[in-house]
Amino acid sequence: MGHYLLRRLLIAVPSLLGISVVLFTVLALAPGDPFSEMALNPNIPPEVQAALRKHFGLDDPIWQRYFRWLVAMLHGDWGFSFISRVDVDTLIWQRVPVTLAVIGASQVLALLIALPVGIYSAARPYSWFDRIASTLALVGFSLPTFFTGLLLILLFSIKLDWLPFVYRTDIAATGWDWWVQQLRQSIMPITVLGLFQGAGWTRYVRSATLDVIRLDYVTTARSKGLRERVVIVKHVARNAMIPVVTLIALTMPQVFGGAVVTEQIFRVPGIGSLLIDAIQRNDLPVVMAVTFVLSCLVIAFNLLADIVYGWLDPRISYR
Amino acid sequence: MANDRPAFDARALGPARAARALGEWTDDVRAGRLPRREFVARLAALGVAAPVASALLAFAGVAHAQPQSSYKPTKRGGGGALKLLFWQGPTLLNPHFAIGAKDQEGCWLFYEALARYDADGNLAPVLAAAIPSRANGGIAADGRSVTWTLKKDVRWHDGRPFTADDVVFNFAYATDPQTASTSIASYEGIVAARKVDTHTVRYEFKTATPLWDRAANVLLVARHLFEAYAGAKSRDAPTNLKPVGTGPYRFVDFKPGDLLRGELNRDYHGANRPHFDSVELKGGGDATSAARAVLQTGEYDFGWNLQVEDDVLTRLEASRKGRVVACPSGDVEVIQVNHADPWSEVEGERSSPRSRHPILSEHAVREALTLLLDRKSIQSFVYGRAGVATPNIVNNPSRLNSPNIKDEFSVERANAVLDAAGWKRGSDGVRQKDGKRLKLLFQTSINSVRQKVQNIYKQSCAKAGIELELKTIAASVFFSSDVANPDTYGKFLADLEMYAVAGRQPDPDTFMQWFVSWQMAAKANKWQGVNRGRYRNEEYDRLYRASQAELDPAKRTALIVAMNDLVCREHAIIPVVYRPSIYGVGRQLVAPLSGWDNALTSIAEWYAEA
Repeated sequence: MGHYLLRRLLIAVPSLLGISVVLFTVLALAPGDPFSEMALNPNIPPEVQAALRKHFGLDDPIWQRYFRWLVAMLHGDWGFSFISRVDVDTLIWQRVPVTLAVIGASQVLALLIALPVGIYSAARPYSWFDRIASTLALVGFSLPTFFTGLLLILLFSIKLDWLPFVYRTDIAATGWDWWVQQLRQSIMPITVLGLFQGAGWTRYVRSATLDVIRLDYVTTARSKGLRERVVIVKHVARNAMIPVVTLIALTMPQVFGGAVVTEQIFRVPGIGSLLIDAIQRNDLPVVMAVTFVLSCLVIAFNLLADIVYGWLDPRISYR
Repeated sequence: MANDRPAFDARALGPARAARALGEWTDDVRAGRLPRREFVARLAALGVAAPVASALLAFAGVAHAQPQSSYKPTKRGGGGALKLLFWQGPTLLNPHFAIGAKDQEGCWLFYEALARYDADGNLAPVLAAAIPSRANGGIAADGRSVTWTLKKDVRWHDGRPFTADDVVFNFAYATDPQTASTSIASYEGIVAARKVDTHTVRYEFKTATPLWDRAANVLLVARHLFEAYAGAKSRDAPTNLKPVGTGPYRFVDFKPGDLLRGELNRDYHGANRPHFDSVELKGGGDATSAARAVLQTGEYDFGWNLQVEDDVLTRLEASRKGRVVACPSGDVEVIQVNHADPWSEVEGERSSPRSRHPILSEHAVREALTLLLDRKSIQSFVYGRAGVATPNIVNNPSRLNSPNIKDEFSVERANAVLDAAGWKRGSDGVRQKDGKRLKLLFQTSINSVRQKVQNIYKQSCAKAGIELELKTIAASVFFSSDVANPDTYGKFLADLEMYAVAGRQPDPDTFMQWFVSWQMAAKANKWQGVNRGRYRNEEYDRLYRASQAELDPAKRTALIVAMNDLVCREHAIIPVVYRPSIYGVGRQLVAPLSGWDNALTSIAEWYAEA
């Protein structure tokens, strides 16, 4: 097990290097300029823009810029944003709590829907419950979040005027009041994301459970006289979870990356909106840092998924 | 407004003579030979509005009238929280690093400048005790310096007094290339900032210049907080993110691109100001939902720069939670005509300033193109309140508006002009002459409004036998200065291109440089010259040089009008609409907004009506 872990971690190093080279080159080759906003202001002469480009080393060859970035990164220096001149790690850390709260809660909501509904549907396939659940799931993951988001805003913010549609990180209240306001503004983004994710997962959980529920050992368990609850939870669910775990582990990095569209609609200041703003403004250090952290997380969660397999299914061993 | 004196017909004067006349009249008023009313009437005959004529006199030092403030609250604070919604939030809070208007807006909550531009494009004092003029001796007679006197009772948020040393320091800080400031541009042409006494400061200019208001609205930072961080260390200053200014609000919290909060400054130098106890600026999202949050749900009090289609705004306004305010400004959307040849290489460069456009160098074609632009329809069906049809490139402040150019849309006349010039229709309906087809490539940035205008123009051009091929380019590419990319607006490898010049100051000097021959964009200057149309006209160059040296505001105004008339008559460029700044203002909020400066420059004057 220790060997296995070490080997996987060692393999991760060249893959991360490769990813960083590709990311950096693509971003550097992409058209645009962090200071293009100035070009539209006639009071700022183009020389100022050119001087800034030079000052921030944007005119150097790509390979030089890449090695400068790599060396700094190895020293733990993430660089600073060209746009706000703030260190990139500060910018990212500022947005982690909100991202985890909103996107994390929506993932939990998705799991809370997907697991019971998926398993129950599989236990009673083609029953009324299953049919309704399947239909809703299909509708759920067919509707894009920007549509459901706007729909909810239209209904709850504009028609009914119950919920605010601008997410604020600085609620003035304290104690209970703070929690109430926080909940009110989080409901819509969490619901939109949670239902979308949950709908997809429900289908997945259902089919994974169906694969297992017809196997002989389940029939054996039932004929032993075990209660249905025990059969489902202890025998079926545990085995059915193996593919589901992979899926969930691979979507976990998204929690960090945020949900670009939903964050934009509700103005949730998460990492997704940081990334999209940085892309729009060609703020290379920020885009680079966020995408690189995402790729690290994808690799890490892949490893984690593999390890959890072993715990769920002792037949899988690591060499 | 009619001028009943028979001896005089202002419109019959040529621009140069009009300029001379204006100068003489101003002198006459000063000497008491000409009554003020008569002066105003004569200017009205020139197409200059009455308040503007008074402003001209004020500029020339004849009269000095401070605009009356309409601020009503009688005590400081008590207004509750002010909630501002910006679809692009500020990303930094050091005004000298501001990249776009959004950053300057954020800075104006905490920092202040010597003065700001009001809605008429005139300066209003903020940290200055008064606006310099000839009469008060602020503007030097030789045009080589301007002296600002500062308010005496101003303190930084940390209690230290604001003095001339701070103003002098800002000049040194911003003009140090190592600081990498963007405000360096505002100090262009100023060679020194000198302290006269503790509350008087003098800017000295490189040459005699009529542009004495340079750097007037540059936000000022505190010397004692930034002195240690000038030059290469500029990025390390803790106050870059925690501003300590003189403004009406004190800094509380900042998350770049997301949120900015401030609280009432108890020691603010303006009497009874500010009205609000706290201010919150939320950034991010899109313009349409920002408009919704202000106009329809009333969740926010102010929405910045609502670039939303006008019929959407009208529909949102119907809920009466807020209203749309359009502030006249000099921003103008233009169709740039390429005077160089984009289709053949001269000395390894397309659109080389040395080349001439095979089709567009012909006056008749440019005239036809101007006649084919249906500005009225574009205003009423595309822009609404956000774009006012104009045949001029210089629009506003109204003292600069030329009365001489008329907006005319006529397919018949365009056809007649082209027929007369020998362009014959081919079998496919497209005109031809000497083996050249009248087909032009028209490019702009990807933007639904611009693309609609492109299509309207294409249709009317087709009626006159001109074929337009449309091209759209992502804004981040089109407006970039990327030397390697062929699609930038600076390289201009097309026949026509449309974009807006935004953020112009009341004096159009930077804009007038768009047509001078030494500013032509070319490979030699990495396509950074602002004359992107590669227009060359010796008469224009001469007028521009004269305007640079002309210290008399009235004569200078006449020169600017003359330059405008010249390029418009030559059809060197085709103006489309001028674009007022569009803001959403909550029902109770009273905010004196200006199209000539950032929205929050007047934040100290904002209040809520009960």
